[in-house]
Amino acid sequence: MTFELLTFFFFSAVLVFASAMVITIRNPVKAALFLVLAFFSAACLWVLLEAEFLGIVLILVYVGAVMVLFLFVVMMLDVNLARMREGFGEYLPMGAIVAILMVAEMAIVLGSGEFSLANMPQPAGHPEGYSNTKELGRLIYTVYVYPFEIAALILLVAIVAAIALTLRKRPNTKHQNTAQQIQVKRSDRVRLVKMPSEKKPEN
Amino acid sequence: MSELLNNAVSLVREALWDPLPGWFQLGLVDLGYILAILLPLLLAVAYLTFAERKLIGYMQVRIGPNRVGPRGWLQPIADALKLLLKEIIIPTNANKFLFVIAPMLSIAPSLAAWAVIPFTDTMVLANIDASLLYILALTSVGVYGVIIAGWASNSKYAFLGAMRSAAQIVSYEIAMGFALVGVLMAAGSLNLHQIVLAQQGGFHQWYFIPLFPLFLVYFLSGVAETNRSPFDVAEGESEIVAGFHVEYSGMAFAIFFLAEYANMILIATLTVIMFLGGWYAPVETSFTIFPPIIWLLVKVAFVLFFFLWFRATFPRYRYDKIMRLGWKIFIPVTLIWIVVIGIATFYTPLGHLFH
Repeated sequence: MTFELLTFFFFSAVLVFASAMVITIRNPVKAALFLVLAFFSAACLWVLLEAEFLGIVLILVYVGAVMVLFLFVVMMLDVNLARMREGFGEYLPMGAIVAILMVAEMAIVLGSGEFSLANMPQPAGHPEGYSNTKELGRLIYTVYVYPFEIAALILLVAIVAAIALTLRKRPNTKHQNTAQQIQVKRSDRVRLVKMPSEKKPEN
Repeated sequence: MSELLNNAVSLVREALWDPLPGWFQLGLVDLGYILAILLPLLLAVAYLTFAERKLIGYMQVRIGPNRVGPRGWLQPIADALKLLLKEIIIPTNANKFLFVIAPMLSIAPSLAAWAVIPFTDTMVLANIDASLLYILALTSVGVYGVIIAGWASNSKYAFLGAMRSAAQIVSYEIAMGFALVGVLMAAGSLNLHQIVLAQQGGFHQWYFIPLFPLFLVYFLSGVAETNRSPFDVAEGESEIVAGFHVEYSGMAFAIFFLAEYANMILIATLTVIMFLGGWYAPVETSFTIFPPIIWLLVKVAFVLFFFLWFRATFPRYRYDKIMRLGWKIFIPVTLIWIVVIGIATFYTPLGHLFH
């Protein structure tokens, strides 16, 4: 067993364990933390596959930003487990159908032999100095430039829409205008009065 | 005599080193390199706290610590000993496991990031191609220590501090990332070693001149990212006691402290590598006065001085003003400058200014 295989099994074991914990553990904060661990292990697996750019970006985007905000929200929520379990029996048949469908679909796709080892030849090794990032950038900005730009535009529209949906101006709140505050001069605020330092005693 | 010594060395080598398996030898050598980076780093952290207390003392016309050892030089050692011997108190109803691993989660990324830092042309532990991304990813992971500490402590103050800090770090990371995009556009590489090599040839080649707005944004975001004054609302003493580490004592607290200062040194080093020419001397001459590593360290110390100077000079920002600075000023500035670099490079003959 090579070192590479050993690390692969280690990271996959951690990934499977963490994913199982995400859906079984009771505490939502702990579930989110296990999801972080799952992302991290997945990133390590990608690095093993020589996709170091994707691996690092997975950590940067999902672990470093998305999950932080997720935890942020989950920690502030007061999740009442008893109330959440109320509708369990009601939703069970629907959920079971979805689960069975998903398993069946996966079985059809994975069992078709399309992804068997015979159809997946060992990819050729890359020469020294091969830059994963550079190759990815070259493809994204040449062959796939339109899909890439369209995806970027959709994301931009989504950002604008999200802000527009949540932005509400309450008429009665007071706002500060920082630019205005900074531009204030002394003459706007202070009036200098000339006066003798002490009055002459009146005799 | 020297022959005898050589014989002895080769004998020891044959008996002890050669029979070891290859991966073990490699591991030992790497461990040696790691220690060679981390031990001076931790010493530097200890003496950075001393420098901070002394410098701020002088700025406020005090003397600062001067009791332990000659002129107070042993003060950091005494502090470390004191913290080591103190009891670690775990609050009731705290989540014990998370409470204990939170400090480790906060220090591990700030130490692991040093793996890719090039100290000189040849002195780098791991010269990987995506080192800039690696640094960004690791510094963004550091926020977990803060959030988990705040949540696991089961304390309102700690939780408020963690929330503030998480929001602040996530917002400033965007500005920081954009500033780095400018650097990688100028250098044409994600490799820190290549980025420094691209700044060769005297101080007018350093990126802080063409990328001046990005330089400012990066450095100030770094100050905010490390939760340093004037952006230290996460531990605003007057509002939420000590913020996320209010429940920590002894060595657990010391590790948060170490992480903060190690992060400061990391940000200073990255600023030097990306904007201030790394290990290159300001003026290229045929003879060298100092070895390159000394130049790097001098520049890092210079940048670190600003961290301490800020703390002695500015009052703390209000929370909403911090958010305004990050989102409404820093991010637009970096976006505009990235466009300026791109247009100048591809549509005007001024492109050479940025490279």
